[in-house]
Amino acid sequence: MRPLAAAATRRLIAGFARAVTGVSADWRGCRPEPRQRVYFANHASHGDFVLIWTVLPPELRRVTRPVAAAEIWDGRGIGGFIGREVFRAVPIDRKGVDRLNAAMAAMSAALDEGASLILFPEGTRNTGEEPLLPLRSGLFHLAMAFPQIDFVPVWIDNISRVMPKGEFLPIPLLCSVTFGEPLAVDRTEERAAFLDRARGALLALKPKDLVA
Amino acid sequence: MTRIVDFLAAQHPAVWLFLGVGVILVVATAIGRELARRAEGEPSPTIDNLNQRIAAWWVMVAAIGLSFLFGLGGVILLFAFASFGALREFVTLTPTRRGDHWALASVFFLGIPVQYWLVWDQWYGLYSIFLPVYGFLFLSMAAALRGDTTHFLRRVAFLQWGMMICIFFPSHVPALLTLDIPGYEGKGLLLIAFLVIVVQGSDVLQYVFGKLFGRHKVAPNLSPSKTWEGLVGGVATATLLGAALWWITPFSPLAAAGMALAICALGFFGGLVMSAIKRDRGVKDWGHMIRGHGGMIDRLDSVIFAAPVYFHLIRYWYTL
Repeated sequence: MRPLAAAATRRLIAGFARAVTGVSADWRGCRPEPRQRVYFANHASHGDFVLIWTVLPPELRRVTRPVAAAEIWDGRGIGGFIGREVFRAVPIDRKGVDRLNAAMAAMSAALDEGASLILFPEGTRNTGEEPLLPLRSGLFHLAMAFPQIDFVPVWIDNISRVMPKGEFLPIPLLCSVTFGEPLAVDRTEERAAFLDRARGALLALKPKDLVA
Repeated sequence: MTRIVDFLAAQHPAVWLFLGVGVILVVATAIGRELARRAEGEPSPTIDNLNQRIAAWWVMVAAIGLSFLFGLGGVILLFAFASFGALREFVTLTPTRRGDHWALASVFFLGIPVQYWLVWDQWYGLYSIFLPVYGFLFLSMAAALRGDTTHFLRRVAFLQWGMMICIFFPSHVPALLTLDIPGYEGKGLLLIAFLVIVVQGSDVLQYVFGKLFGRHKVAPNLSPSKTWEGLVGGVATATLLGAALWWITPFSPLAAAGMALAICALGFFGGLVMSAIKRDRGVKDWGHMIRGHGGMIDRLDSVIFAAPVYFHLIRYWYTL
């Protein structure tokens, strides 16, 4: 019963996200292929991973798990059901003493099982004026540990205009998700250089600002 | 056999129109399939696009047919959703700022429902001025209250344009059902059918004539696909098509041709103006909503310009 309910809920959420955001996918640097991947994206709203997840073809959606803060999905009720069984989120503890190792262990375990991941390397929601916050090092450690996996940069656009900081009514603008070319991982690369490259790959996908 | 003929003869003319359109779509689908089959091996973007367009036409004709079953309420719902889709595309391409938030929210969540409710209420005195007067004033006030003066005039103007072309003009299509034409009671749906068939027929025929004979571009800066050959051939045949449909309208055959010509001319300029805006915004299509056609505004552009003029011509000449 529960798996069926989870599958139905997945369809419902994807349909709802499409209706509200009219989200479209632009597979610019790669195709939606059944390869093991880490999709890393900019993060401006709680709805971000739902958008990425919605534009993936259903067969990829089933094996792609979002990495999310544990406290969002830990509950027993509907939140816990959605987090654990609908999205099968990989929970990350953001408070513990040994946060980095715990997070690495959780993500590595999911990748070892063959799952693809959706990851927001900024670590927190970006609600400021800057297009992208500095990237945290988790992405680097993951790439060094799993160099054979595709690390796909993903740019999510327009969410910050749909719901500017401090407003409570969303404006139903069209959103888009752009997938870039997977990063080539070189295990001898320094952390800072790798993160710079990842950041550049993300910003390269950002649409040009509209001019008045 | 005679019973079938009797049965069909007793039906509303709209049933005939939909049967006719259905036959045309079946033929178009068969031709599209055959072209795709012959091109087997070498994929052709033109043929793929043609088949996507035909597939989308099936959906659009089905949506219009469904809305007709529910009369005024159905057509109002259909166009309210079309307005929503169009406004969403329009605003997505305009440079909004945080200070536009209230203005934006009020166009989406007040502008669309109130305008279509006024049409439902048949309150001509208010729906014909609600957005151009009160919407215009309110938007500028809502934007001014937020205190952000960067590009103020441009931002407000963008929104006012969006409000007019995405909500106000399209709302004149369901408003056709509220016109009281002596001797034509209960047939308002056919006025919409006439508008939609002539406008879209003109688009399709201009496309066909352009593809077959197009050489001289009308406006190379705006739209590389619009040619004089396509324009003249498409408008002339669509005008004849309109004249041939006089029996579903309150117009004489000559007046039907005149109406069709006016609709085609405005539809052409609607497409031209929307192309200019797209060029200005740096995009090829307004969106991705309708496969093969682009966005909602791409499909609606000619209706947007034709609907209000068609409405007022009928209101002036044919109502009491």
